[in-house]
Amino acid sequence: MHSLIRDIFLRHFKGEILNKLDDSAILAKISEKYTVSFTTDSYTVNPLFFPGGDIGKLAVCGTVNDISVTGAEPLFLSCSVIVEEGFETAALEKVAESMSKTAKQAGVEVVTGDFKVVEKGKMDRLFINTAALGVSEKGVETGINLIKPGDMVIINGYMGDHELAVLLARGDFSIKSDIKSDCAPLNGLIQNILRKSPGGIRFMRDPTRGGVATTLNEIAGNASFGICLYEKEIPVREESAALCEMLGFDPLYLANEGKVIIISSKEAAGGILSEMKKHRYGKNSRIIGEVVGQPSGRVILNTAAGSRRIVDMLSGSQLPRIC
Amino acid sequence: MKYLSEYRNSAAMKRLAGAIRREAEGLGRSVNIMEVCGTHTMAIGRYGIRKMLPGSIKLLSGPGCPVCVTPGGYLDRAIEFSRLPGTVIATFGDMVRVPGSYSSLEKEHAAGNNIRVVYSPLESLDLAERFPDKKIIFLGVGFETTSPAAAISLKEAGKRGIKNFYIFSGHKRILPAMELLLKSEEVKIDAFICPGHVSAVIGSRPYEFIPEKHNVSCVVSGFEPLDILQSILMVIRIMAKGEKPRVENQYRRVVREKGNRRALALLSEVFEEADTEWRGIGTIEKSGLVLKKTYGDYDALKEFPVKVKKTGEDKRCICGDILRGIKNPADCILFGRECNPENPAGPCMVSSEGTCAAFYRYGNGR
Amino acid sequence: MCLAVPMKVVSVKGNTAVAEFGGLKKEVNVELVAGVKKGDYLIIHAGCAIEKLDRDYAEETLSLLGGLKK
Repeated sequence: MHSLIRDIFLRHFKGEILNKLDDSAILAKISEKYTVSFTTDSYTVNPLFFPGGDIGKLAVCGTVNDISVTGAEPLFLSCSVIVEEGFETAALEKVAESMSKTAKQAGVEVVTGDFKVVEKGKMDRLFINTAALGVSEKGVETGINLIKPGDMVIINGYMGDHELAVLLARGDFSIKSDIKSDCAPLNGLIQNILRKSPGGIRFMRDPTRGGVATTLNEIAGNASFGICLYEKEIPVREESAALCEMLGFDPLYLANEGKVIIISSKEAAGGILSEMKKHRYGKNSRIIGEVVGQPSGRVILNTAAGSRRIVDMLSGSQLPRIC
Repeated sequence: MKYLSEYRNSAAMKRLAGAIRREAEGLGRSVNIMEVCGTHTMAIGRYGIRKMLPGSIKLLSGPGCPVCVTPGGYLDRAIEFSRLPGTVIATFGDMVRVPGSYSSLEKEHAAGNNIRVVYSPLESLDLAERFPDKKIIFLGVGFETTSPAAAISLKEAGKRGIKNFYIFSGHKRILPAMELLLKSEEVKIDAFICPGHVSAVIGSRPYEFIPEKHNVSCVVSGFEPLDILQSILMVIRIMAKGEKPRVENQYRRVVREKGNRRALALLSEVFEEADTEWRGIGTIEKSGLVLKKTYGDYDALKEFPVKVKKTGEDKRCICGDILRGIKNPADCILFGRECNPENPAGPCMVSSEGTCAAFYRYGNGR
Repeated sequence: MCLAVPMKVVSVKGNTAVAEFGGLKKEVNVELVAGVKKGDYLIIHAGCAIEKLDRDYAEETLSLLGGLKK
């Protein structure tokens, strides 16, 4: 998928801002006082409703979070829905209700939208696209280029719940569990820590598809630093860990929808962590690793046993295995 | 997680590693220990066990990944099955990305053919019951840990009167492969770490011919890092004391000497041994399981005659040598370049527990 | 090829049991293991119990490993 984006879209759309492939486009030219951020994302999920959320909630949170991790405050959303002919009205109502509730909770407003119906059989039930506009005062800057050895890696809670909740909701494995998606809007949490420690935050990203391992590899990938994780510190809920054991999954590669990775300066880390823990979506925050000089471009894991191993990018999604 | 987490205690792991080091120093020579189970390969990678061992102990990975040793022809046939009208291929996740000669189940799924990932063959039986107008073909891949589950499904199919359920057996037996490796002497094997859950089914007794005929010790091992380290320690101690090679059971909490009588009885009721091809190795006598004639109605091979071209694999792919423990992934021209988890050239890379996949994911260890 | 987990039996009905592991519950086939009762730990692979865990041996292994001194 990365190569398709690179080979087709980047080649045609050519642009300095787009080429950065940040979570949101940071548009400095628009205003003197504010930097405007702009992002879009499309959502397809199977099943549409799952413990802890639904496609509507996902569509709001995902886009709100993409704006938030660049340090901007999300303000306005657009919402574009494409639906298969015959899709149940009651379900559509539930999705809209969920989006409205989530937007309200996040303090953002849906200000424009679109709705289309596609012939039956020509698509998979329901797709949603959301785009968002956000602002930040000029001067608040984050970027991978600010990251230095000695910086700390923080996460706001348990990994993997979203992907596992969705997988179980498909009903293929007849496993009963209480695992819920962690889908949540993180703008409140992020704004709190930005206020608390504006200079202390180097970079933020939400570890969605491919999990924490993939996100950290994206960050360290072409950099002059590496990232070292401490296995003992990585938070995984007991049930999620158990499900990973059963199906042969590695929680480091599971998608999250309510998590943010924060890379902060060493000095600011403690303060940021305690601020995060005060927030509803940060109660289980942990420092899970640090930025190192060597090996550069790599993510490594200090295992609980005291040995080290490389944590690579995920290729494709994880599939349940017997071996 | 009870009876799991306790065997991952890092202090105990360090102590075991220290004990291994001391015994190995006393032994004073290098030792090749081979494991023949993909789950062991993965555990060794995941817990960084190689790095805990002294340089004199070399851990080799043998043909213990049933996906890796499934011949391309099996995949090709499964792919042809998937292209037949009204069929649903039910498979373990492990098989989905394995390349056949010209496609993979994943690619067939993308092309619109019906492929379903299951955690158990019993789930595919439920599928057959839910969709009586479809033909559900379960890809039976795995060693003796897994073949009983397939056998149970067949018996259940009979009990529930399900007629649209089929098994395409690719089941294998690990012992003939172990014997072949010893006889071929391509690589020096000083001891085997034996697969704990295969052994739960077959018992520890079947390994006895190995020390008797080949002077090589076998330790039946569990899968947690403490189990693996304890098994390695047991091997080194036998050698350091100059004792006669023998079979030892480290995994006593699960493995009985005679194995699981019911499972063995069920296996012999449903399957019979046959000569079968192992990818990268060739045909090994009596190393496969095929459905007995009495279960012919469930045999996908009988029900769905399809034409499959006989093609070879990429000649540069050395999965065969890797599976036999002769070469390392690092020795392969394709490793990490043309062959990576996103574009696997051979089964050792695509299988989640293949040697090359483990090396790629966890790094080289030592 | 041996990915399996120890699950605790919550209830048994004929050849099927409901077993629990780390808070998860699953229905599993137990026809390969004789005399399964509530509280037993079974090794579950591909939805089927392939053996019962022997708790005495489990404890013995752990205490042996804990006992390694120096």
